[in-house]
Amino acid sequence: MNTLTWVLKRDMLLAMRRKSDVLTTLFFFVIMTSLFPLGVGPEPQLLKAMGPGVVWVAALLASMLSLGRLFAADHADGTLEQMLLAPESLALIVLGKTLVHWIASGLPLVLIAPFLGLQFGMNGDALWVLVASLLLGTPVLSLVGAIGASLTLGLRGGGILVSLLVLPLYIPVLIFGAGAVDASTSGLGAQGHLSILGALLVLALLATPMASAAALRISLE
Amino acid sequence: MKWGSFSAFLHMGGYAFYVWSSFGLSFALFAIELLLLSKRRRTLLKRLGQIQRLNASRESK
Amino acid sequence: MGKINWYKYASPASFYGLAGKLIPGFATLSVVLFIIGLYISFFVAPTDAQQGEAYRIIFIHVPAAWMSMFIYVVMAAYSGIGLAFNTRLSAMMASSLAPTGALFAAIALFTGSFWGKPMWGAWWVWDARLTSQLILFFLYVGYISLQAAIDDPRRSDRASALIALVGVVNVPIIYFSVKWWNTLHQGASISFTKAPTMAYTMVAGMLIMAAACWMYTIAVALYRVRIIILERERHSVWVSELMEKIK
Repeated sequence: MNTLTWVLKRDMLLAMRRKSDVLTTLFFFVIMTSLFPLGVGPEPQLLKAMGPGVVWVAALLASMLSLGRLFAADHADGTLEQMLLAPESLALIVLGKTLVHWIASGLPLVLIAPFLGLQFGMNGDALWVLVASLLLGTPVLSLVGAIGASLTLGLRGGGILVSLLVLPLYIPVLIFGAGAVDASTSGLGAQGHLSILGALLVLALLATPMASAAALRISLE
Repeated sequence: MKWGSFSAFLHMGGYAFYVWSSFGLSFALFAIELLLLSKRRRTLLKRLGQIQRLNASRESK
Repeated sequence: MGKINWYKYASPASFYGLAGKLIPGFATLSVVLFIIGLYISFFVAPTDAQQGEAYRIIFIHVPAAWMSMFIYVVMAAYSGIGLAFNTRLSAMMASSLAPTGALFAAIALFTGSFWGKPMWGAWWVWDARLTSQLILFFLYVGYISLQAAIDDPRRSDRASALIALVGVVNVPIIYFSVKWWNTLHQGASISFTKAPTMAYTMVAGMLIMAAACWMYTIAVALYRVRIIILERERHSVWVSELMEKIK
């Protein structure tokens, strides 16, 4: 646990020094969702039906694009190799780094999502469900994405490659995330979807840090 | 014989385009895979042969 | 295990020879089975009452879909063995299977489309099975691109092995979620389950075609793994001795 708090503190400090990174991801998310009404037209019914899916797809892409920053800085200055040699569990270190990465790139998306939801004509309950689903889903995206980020570390064209690796794995989160909002607006209740998202989160928390740690060892050997 | 005539066989009960495209494209893809593989093998062997000759001439000097 | 020394064949050099001896057998089997399978598909299997002759696409579509899933699992198994025991040959087998697996996934996709057009009136329907097949194809694409992007063979083997394992763990989750998604969004949920009542000859035809595809896969994978072995081991002594003999 000591390792975890140490990594959390260190990475939070580093993240605080680079606030512009947070804004870049956030504005990508906002611009991306605003493009859809311009593309398909301002018809309110249509936008209302598309809203959850659009916000979720944009969240997927925003979180994927920010993956490059997860290990890049530590890789460039050699800290990452030190971490590999350290006696502390690499999986814990990876978990800590991923959590901070989520706080810097996923959490802002969750917080701004209700405003984007309003643009698509969502109301009351649907907005709450949207926030809840993103709160449960975006950490999964960061955790699964960490595997892709560590496998493509230092490769040419790593950014586009990571999308090929990671986006298919994001599909379940997309389905249950957007599905939760749909279920709530159609009166079915979002309970089931949110429970499954929660289960996916627990699964990802348990399994992915080890996979990412193994991937890091492969990439830096 | 199941089919009355050869043209009935080709006609596939009106679904000729769909049936023959499916099977035709599938086997064409098999053929392309095999062709690409044998080409890859031939170029590789050629290159390995060149390296071999290069090494041999270097040793004889 | 008898008298054969299996460990001997775990070395790329001796496997190269073994594979060379096995290929003709599997290739012949594949051709023979394809001929029998196609004969059953077109001359023995009866016309379907609902779908007419269009249903004959099933004889290539379903075996291709089976193979694409089966190859992914075998690929992941080889990857797991390669990671666990650090055997180079299993990593090479995994990478030699991937292109053929992707090929079968592609075949399953477009034959599904060619079947869907006359049956549903649309080239593409977001049916649970077609959608899962599409995602499986994406997984193959990811695996192959990762492998192609890494120059160092050792890192390439291990990195792609890991992504294959991650993929195979995710396949059931993806399939389950796509199914869930499909049942919730009614209207698109026309599926193949309504399809023809299975006659005995139809099942037989599908199984024989699947066996033919399987033999094809083994022959092609062995052929490709021989090329990969030669490429990887081009600086070794046995390869130059082999080249001497060929000349």
